[in-house]
Amino acid sequence: MAGPDDQLQSRLRRQLLMGIAAAPLAGLFPKVAFADTPATSAVNTTGLAVTDTEVTVGILHSVTGTMAISETGSIQAEKLAISQINEMGGVLGRKIKFVQEDGASDWPTFAEKAKKLLVQDKVAAIMGCWTSASRKAVLPVIEQYNGMLYYPTFYEGLEQSKNVIYTGQEATQQILAGLNWVVKEKGAKTFFFIGSDYIWPRTSNKIARKHIENFMKGTKVVGEEYFPLGHTQFNSVINKLKLTKPDVIFTDVVGGSNVAFYKQLKAAGINLEKQTLMTISVTEDEIDGIGGDNIAGAYACMKYFQSLDNPNNKEFVAAFKKMWGEKTVIGDVTQAAYLGPWLWKMTVEKAGSFDIDKIAAASPGIEFTKAPEGYVKIHENHHLWSRTRVGLAQKDGQFKVVYESPDLIEPNPFPKGYQ
Amino acid sequence: MFGDYSLGDLGSIFAMQGFAGLILFSVYVLMALGLAIIFGQMGVINMAHGEFMILGAYVTYFCSEFFSAYLPSLFPGYFFVAMALAFLASGSLGMLVEWALIKRLYKRPLDTLLATWGLSLILQQTYRSVFGPREVGVVLPDWLLGSLPVTDTIEVPINGVFVMCLTALITIAVGLLMYKARWGRQVRAVVQNRVMAGAVGIDTERVDRMTFGLGCGIAGVAGSAFTMIGSTGPTSGQLYIVDTFLIVVFGGAASLFGTIASAFSISQTQSTLEFFLSGSMAKVITLLTVVAILMLRPQGLFTLKVRR
Repeated sequence: MAGPDDQLQSRLRRQLLMGIAAAPLAGLFPKVAFADTPATSAVNTTGLAVTDTEVTVGILHSVTGTMAISETGSIQAEKLAISQINEMGGVLGRKIKFVQEDGASDWPTFAEKAKKLLVQDKVAAIMGCWTSASRKAVLPVIEQYNGMLYYPTFYEGLEQSKNVIYTGQEATQQILAGLNWVVKEKGAKTFFFIGSDYIWPRTSNKIARKHIENFMKGTKVVGEEYFPLGHTQFNSVINKLKLTKPDVIFTDVVGGSNVAFYKQLKAAGINLEKQTLMTISVTEDEIDGIGGDNIAGAYACMKYFQSLDNPNNKEFVAAFKKMWGEKTVIGDVTQAAYLGPWLWKMTVEKAGSFDIDKIAAASPGIEFTKAPEGYVKIHENHHLWSRTRVGLAQKDGQFKVVYESPDLIEPNPFPKGYQ
Repeated sequence: MFGDYSLGDLGSIFAMQGFAGLILFSVYVLMALGLAIIFGQMGVINMAHGEFMILGAYVTYFCSEFFSAYLPSLFPGYFFVAMALAFLASGSLGMLVEWALIKRLYKRPLDTLLATWGLSLILQQTYRSVFGPREVGVVLPDWLLGSLPVTDTIEVPINGVFVMCLTALITIAVGLLMYKARWGRQVRAVVQNRVMAGAVGIDTERVDRMTFGLGCGIAGVAGSAFTMIGSTGPTSGQLYIVDTFLIVVFGGAASLFGTIASAFSISQTQSTLEFFLSGSMAKVITLLTVVAILMLRPQGLFTLKVRR
């Protein structure tokens, strides 16, 4: 491993070489070099992979292994955003080049690849990770080597880092508005929680339970069940649902279990038109596997649906389908992943520098008015202000938006009274 | 837990719960049958069992697409065609694998474990590259969806009944094949004494290939049937593999009857515990019980006496 002295030397050497390379260009195109495109030595003082014409970022997701199902959409969205930014002239006059690494659905691999991207490729930012487990594995690496991670998934909260921008919602943002809506609109009094057994469903359900028990009147949780990841037999819990007859089934089952759960729910004669079910884990991506017929009538609670009716989103959906095919669908996380490169571009331009410390400091207050979900803004805590929506699943696999929070909801990764 | 409910309610819930246990039992038998044949009769530990199942599921998916595009009038019956094709596809792939890979490893049984595990990774990545990393949704004919109302409060899922009938049918067919047909006698002869079986004129290589193909074919049918209850994606096979091994090992490797008995006891324990406790706890207790019993009886519930 290179010691600090080696790193300093190689940095100096690189800057010297860049300076030499840039010198004749500067003579030929003084305007380009000094007006539109600020000098590399000025915007990159820490030895990142930035040249006069290019800047390198990393994409770190799983293209192999279990998580490839979910992470494919994020990769597609990030590549789309990068190509659009390049068409507009890039970032500080530099085209974005990306290095893609495969986390292979394995958390230590994520950490190793993150280190490779930061140490060897010197990327200016990483768009990546999907599961909380992969983010937790990458976090110490990103902090140690001072990188910048744009993380797209909605997640359980209880985390904040100078080196991460969370472009998905944290749990309170996603859940609370949905619970309030279902109690008000459906007169729900009793809830039954069903989740996969790991950190995100457990934390989300804990927050939901606190909200139901402490912050709303006359509502209670009548059951809470967790199943191992990959569980495929839900008949027993479905019988329990028939026995307890909850007003709302609240689910955060993930992965292949999701498909089994909804198919068996339908087979057991539970009609989602009559039984209210609210999920925080099913996006358009998941419905592809579940089948629209099996889930029509369920409500999903998140910040983005492909069917959102606004000009930004129409443009985004059209561009996405043009690049990745007419049949592709876009879920919540895919949209959040699309925000990453754009937010990074705007932050770099505000800071006037690719330096990580300057980007971290410049991030709060960055506004993205062209976001497909509407308008987003980065909070002091590096999460996004965003709206929460409730969608009703249709037979064709799309959601009809039935509710939208009137205001942007403040991200609150460490909610008081919910822990 | 039951204080607030009427006797009628409880009665119907217990009836449905009993039925849920039976469905789980059928699912387990169907999953494990193919593996039990291969493991029991050949001593090969087929780690790629789940991937052979998923091949069947993909065949079903393509059948559903084909029928809805070209033969919509026959769509209600496509599932039977799909299962037959799934059997053929997984069976032929199985025979190919036996010829190319397994045959060379009969003298090194532990290496088959590693080789078939590698095979499962290769197959997963092949599915991912060919069919895409996302899960596909298999459209089922309407008659397979929904439930049969037995009384006002008791409802039985149709696909559960379908899996039960299918499992019964396949189990009886395999039983007849193994214990009544000439081919089954050959298989059992090879299991009991390979050298002597060869000496009396049985083509042991052919028997091995057919046995492996049969086991994989049944896995394909199981995969096809499970599109009704589970997901179809490149790694979906992994969801089944642990339970499958558990059942085969617990039942005693060389005994079909043991497989059935073990599927029955595990499914009933699991489904009852799941009802009274929570999902994860049910799994933990089931696994602990199995471990405890295997410590007392390492050979499994039932074993054949085999001259080695």
